[in-house]
Order: sequence, then C-alpha cells, then structure tokens
Amino acid sequence: MDSALAIHRLHFAFTITYHYLFPQLTMGLAPLIVICKAIAFWRGDERYNKAARFWAKIFGINFLFGVITGIPMEFQFGTNWARFAHYSGGVIATSLAMEGVFAFFLESSFLGIFLYGERRFGPKLHLLASMMIFVGSWLSGYFIIVTDAWMQHPVGFEVAADGSAHLTSFWSLLTNEWALWQYVHNMFGACVTGAFFMAAVGAYYVLARKQEEFGRVFLRIGIIAALIASIVQLFPTGDRNGQLVTQYQPVTLAAMEGLFKTETGASIVLIGQPNTQTQTLDNPIYIPNALSFLTYRHWEARVSGLNEFPKDQWPDNIPLLYYSYHIMVGLGTIFIGIAVVAASLLSRRRLFETRWMLWIVMLSFPFPFIANTAGWLTAELGRQPWLVYGLMRTEAGFSHNVSAGNGLFTLLGFMGMYTVLSILFLLLVWHDLNHGVED
Amino acid sequence: METLWFILVALMLTAYVVLDGFDLGAGVISLFVAKGHGERSIVLRTIGPVWDGNEVWLLASGGALYFAFPMLYASGFSGFYLPLMIVLWLLMLRGIGIELRSHVQDPLWWSAFDFIFFASSLLLAVFFGAAIGNVMRGVPLGPDGYFFEALWTNFRVGPNPGILDWYTTMTGLLALVALSVHGAHYVAAKTEGTINSRSRRCAAIAWPVLVALTIASLIATVSVRPLVLENFRLHPWGWIIPIVVAGALIMMPVWLSRGRDSAAFLSSAAYLAGMLGGAAFASYPVLLSATTDPSYSLTIYNARTGDYSLRVGLIWWIAGIVLAIGYFTFVYAAFRGKVRGERIL
Repeated sequence: MDSALAIHRLHFAFTITYHYLFPQLTMGLAPLIVICKAIAFWRGDERYNKAARFWAKIFGINFLFGVITGIPMEFQFGTNWARFAHYSGGVIATSLAMEGVFAFFLESSFLGIFLYGERRFGPKLHLLASMMIFVGSWLSGYFIIVTDAWMQHPVGFEVAADGSAHLTSFWSLLTNEWALWQYVHNMFGACVTGAFFMAAVGAYYVLARKQEEFGRVFLRIGIIAALIASIVQLFPTGDRNGQLVTQYQPVTLAAMEGLFKTETGASIVLIGQPNTQTQTLDNPIYIPNALSFLTYRHWEARVSGLNEFPKDQWPDNIPLLYYSYHIMVGLGTIFIGIAVVAASLLSRRRLFETRWMLWIVMLSFPFPFIANTAGWLTAELGRQPWLVYGLMRTEAGFSHNVSAGNGLFTLLGFMGMYTVLSILFLLLVWHDLNHGVED
Repeated sequence: METLWFILVALMLTAYVVLDGFDLGAGVISLFVAKGHGERSIVLRTIGPVWDGNEVWLLASGGALYFAFPMLYASGFSGFYLPLMIVLWLLMLRGIGIELRSHVQDPLWWSAFDFIFFASSLLLAVFFGAAIGNVMRGVPLGPDGYFFEALWTNFRVGPNPGILDWYTTMTGLLALVALSVHGAHYVAAKTEGTINSRSRRCAAIAWPVLVALTIASLIATVSVRPLVLENFRLHPWGWIIPIVVAGALIMMPVWLSRGRDSAAFLSSAAYLAGMLGGAAFASYPVLLSATTDPSYSLTIYNARTGDYSLRVGLIWWIAGIVLAIGYFTFVYAAFRGKVRGERIL
C-alpha cells in the first residue's frame, strides 16, 4: 500500500470517527429534549422544563463539538481526496451543498434562540426552537447519508466526457433505496445513544441519591426511548440493510460474515476469529442455517462465499470488517436485552429500587457509541476496495499532490487537537452533571 | 448559467466576510476595548447568538463552490492544503474560545479563553486576507489542474510562490485591519459606556492605516497581475465598485463623529462587499489563475459541473437561501438593541 494513500485514508477515518461521536448524541438527544419541552408545555409541568434546561446545557456543549469537528469533514473531500472530489462532485456536491443551505442555517439560527432566549421569547417560541433544532439535525443527517449511499450504491448519474460523474436525476439521488434504509438505521442508532445516555445519567442520580426526582424523569424517558430504538435497529432497519448488502455487495456480505467458502444452508457465526491465511474461522460458535434464512428467507438457500469472487474485489481488511460487524450486532442484541428488562421493571414500578439494574444502565452509556462506530466501520470497510462502489477504486481518489509527509503532519495535528478537545469535553460534561439540575 | 453561479458563489462569500467579519473583528479588538471579566463577557454576548450562524456562510459558500465548480474545489483545497488545515484548527479553537468560557466560574479559565478567542480571531483574519491574496496573485497550476503550495518559499511573487509572500502578507494585514475596524463598529453599535467609547477610538485609530493599506494593496494588485484592469476597460460600469469602496471609506469616520455607530458599521460592510465584489469582477471568468502558463488557469468554463445539476441547483438553492435569509432576519431582529450589563438570559 502506497504510504500517501494509507495516510489519507487514516486521516479521513480518524477525523470522521471522532466527529461522529458528537452528532450521534446531538441527533439522539434532540428528540428527547423536544419530548421534555412538549410535556412541560402541554401539562404545565415545570419539572420537565428544568430537565430540558439541564439537557440543553449538555446538548449545547455537544453541539459545539459536533460543529467544530464537522467543519474539517466538509473540507477534507477537497484537501485529502481531491481526485475523488473532482470525479464525484457533479453528484455528491448537490447533497453536501444542500446540507449547508437547508440544515446548517436552520440549526445555527434556532440554536441561538434555544440556548440564549428562553426568557426573552417565552415558552411557545422556545418549544418551536427545540423542534427546529431537531428537524435541522435530522435533515443534516439525511444529506450526509445520501452522500454516503451514493458511494455505496451509485444511482442517477452518467459519466461525462471528462471522466467525471454528472447528475442526471435529482430525485433518484435523494430517494436512493440504499439511503432510505441506511438513514433510518443510522438515526435510530443515534437514538439508542441518546436514550442510553439520558437513562445512564438518570441511573447515576438515583443511585447517588442526588436529584432523585430528576433521575427518575431521565430514566423513564431514556428507558422507553431505548426500548423502541434498539428494537427498530434489529427489525426492520438492520434486517433491511443486510438485505441490501446481500443484493448489491455480495462480496461484502461474505467478508462481514467470515464466509470464506460458499455454503448451502449457511450457518451464522456468533463468535470466531477469521484466519485469512488458511481462509477459515478459528474457534467458531454458530447457529446452523441462520445466515441463509436471514439473507434469503429460506433455510437451505445458497450464500456465496469469498471464494466466488476475484481477490482484487475483496474488502482489503477482512478481519477488521468482520469484527466491526460482529461488535455492532452483538452490542445491539445486548441493548435490546437491557432495555427489555429495564422497561419491564419500570412498568412494574420496581426499576428505581432495583440497584443492580440501575448499575447496569449507568455503566451502559459508552457502548452505543462503540456500536455506532462499529456500524460505520462495517459500512465503509465493506465498501472497500471501492471509493465509489464499482466505479472508482480507493487508491484512485486521494490527493496525489499532497505528500505523505504533509498528510502525516496534519493527521498528528488533528490527533493533538482532538486530545485537547476530549479533555475539555469530559471536564465540562462532568462539571455539568455534578452541578445537576437547577431548582 | 456558469456566470450566474459565479455571481451566486461570490455573493455568498461576500455575505460570509461581512457577517463573520464583524465577529472576527470583535475578537481581534476584544482584549483592547474590554477590560476585566464583566466587560469581556459583554463583548462575547454581542456576538454569542449569531457567530455560529455567520460561520455557516463559510460552509455554505464552500458547499456551493464545490457544487458549481468541482474542479476548483478539488484543486484549490488540495493545493492550499497546509493553510486550510491551519484555518480549521483556528476555527476549532475559536469555537471553544467563545462558547466554553462561561461554563466554568474561574478567573484563570476566563483569561485563557479570552486569549484563545483573541489570537484565533486575529490569525484567521490574516489567513483569510492571505487567501484572497493568493487567488488574486495566482498559483502554480500544472497541466492537470492541480498544484501544491508551500507556506512560504522566498517571499517573492514569482512563478513558484508560497502561500505567504510580500503581496499576500500585505493582503493579510489589510484584512486584519479592515475586519478590526468592522468589528469595532459592530461592538460600538451594540454596547454603551466605556466599551462603546473604546471601540469608537479603536476604529478611529485604525482608519488611517486602513486607508493607506487599501491604496497600497490596490497598487500592488495591479502590478502583480496587470490583467485585473482588463474587465474595467471592457465594462466601464465596473468603476462604480471602486467608487463605492472610496465612498464607504470616507463615510466611516464621518458617521462615527456624528455618533451614528450603526451607519458606520454599514459603511464598513459596504467597504468589505465592494473590495470583494471588485476582486470577483476583476477576476471573471478566471477562478484560479496559473502563474505557470495562463492556459492552465481554472475558469468558470473548465471547472464547472454539468448543466442539469446547475439548473436543478438553482431551484433548491433559491428555496434554501430564502429560508436562510428569513432565519437571519428573524434572529437579528430578535436580538436587536444594545447588550447591557445585566444578564438577558
């Protein structure tokens, strides 16, 4: 692997992975804050207004970090991936530019009102502002997913005389089948993060016996949202995404599942280590025939293994792809388990006294971040060796005029900057959590 | 169609410079016009609800530029790799400088964040000025439409220049002074008492420097790239732009002396818009000129995207911008008036 290519890949992977830690919480908390504001408004319950104000503080910090780590993403198509930017600009610049004019203006305008103007503008406008931020952040997500979906499953374009892709159908781009299912899966993934985060803070307050009243409010909203979101992640959205991969990227499916050889009645592997030397799985634990059923809805269906595809079409990091996918699915299953148990305790009014469950909920909050990250790693590693699936290979897309040395310089710069940002973020959120909800 | 998109992108960039310009300028002057915690938080509160929205114009113009002229985006962003990355780091520092200051009640914390806000605003102003200087001077484009510029070479304007040479350093300083004056007008218009009078004095002191640098940089531009006069010769109505710039420059101290801070602010906005409009007018139809061989220059014709995209783009762009202008009008109207000592929260 050419080292400039490796640096540019790592550059984008590092900055986007770090960036997405923030928007997933923004997009996950936004609807929950709207729910708090709405309950406060219609029931006239001041507790929910205080809860919303508390979450707005954390939301504000988180939003800021999302914005400042997001700006580099918009730049890096051009800076580090110039040949890709030129090739695909005729298509994906549409969705990226639309994000700017439709989502960013909306979010940033109403964020000012939401964070600075509750007293000045009154409850109605403040509720509206919280809704607008919700809409803006979710719109923003849609345009990004449309962009990624085009790289996964290109539609609505033609290759022009100069060799670059030009848009031929605006609606096909925006309603790409891949984008719709990926979007729902991604957004409910964000909801899982937001819901577990809120529930974990609630569990902490109840366990620590401080602000217990608010801790119960957070637990109630968080657990119900976690239950809904984590089930939607499995079915229908996770299932539909799997079917799309089966249909359009069969080699990716084989690599994700660690299926080196074609099988009829293929089994699904729960645990096991892919061995690329022997092209087998070490120490596998599996459920017979399950993969055939999940992909083709038929227990004896034939699932193509990696052996059916030429090696130059294989994703270039099969073990990492395999682990990312299994971590995502494994954690997703555990989330459903936690949410079901916690919700049933909640419905029997026993959750707030069941300390072992509160401990589990409190310690659960980092895992949705890991699951969402693993999910994105699955999608993007699975796309390899293509940058635009079937059209442009990854090694053809990076900025050949930016040397490995310059790329490494800025990559190290970002690592240093993001270390500082992480410390500040944790410090401030911890500060706000300790400060608690103001009475 | 490509001419229309050239105008639209230029307008968005101008909107960015006029809007984010005043909050950058407010950062540059913040350490001088406001002393102590109370005054500095007032300066921050004059821009608090709007700076993020202003910065979105940078992202939106970047997006529109990529949309309409993908080759310019690919070539320019990779060629200006190092300065752009530094700009990104400065934008990050500035964001946390503004927003995180009030989260902790500690004098040392406040001082640190005041300095971050000041230094990042100052350096950003210089970098943006140098960026415009680079575009005006031209870059060493190769036959494939790509280039890579080091941060500096020998500080001379030659066929193989660096990001910083004497010319772009001058445009960087011009931007710094211009945005400081613009920011001082804004802070003056939004405050009362000592901050107001210090801001007015700041603007008054910087004004002669601004006039001198403006004249010097215009002369330098004509000597570095004589072709800039060509469009003025072909389309004499273009001379209205320098007249606007001169008028706006003259009116700044006039309005200030009459105590009309808002009018002075509008004058500096007109000055910035005139300078950028003039640069765009003089460059058209070239987007990025080559110092190597003029035939390598990127123009609106060889860097543009497909017809269909541009046509459809016009529809969603107009819808989006009308909405954005609506939000901005609403937010600025909602937060109009002076920022006073007591908390408005």
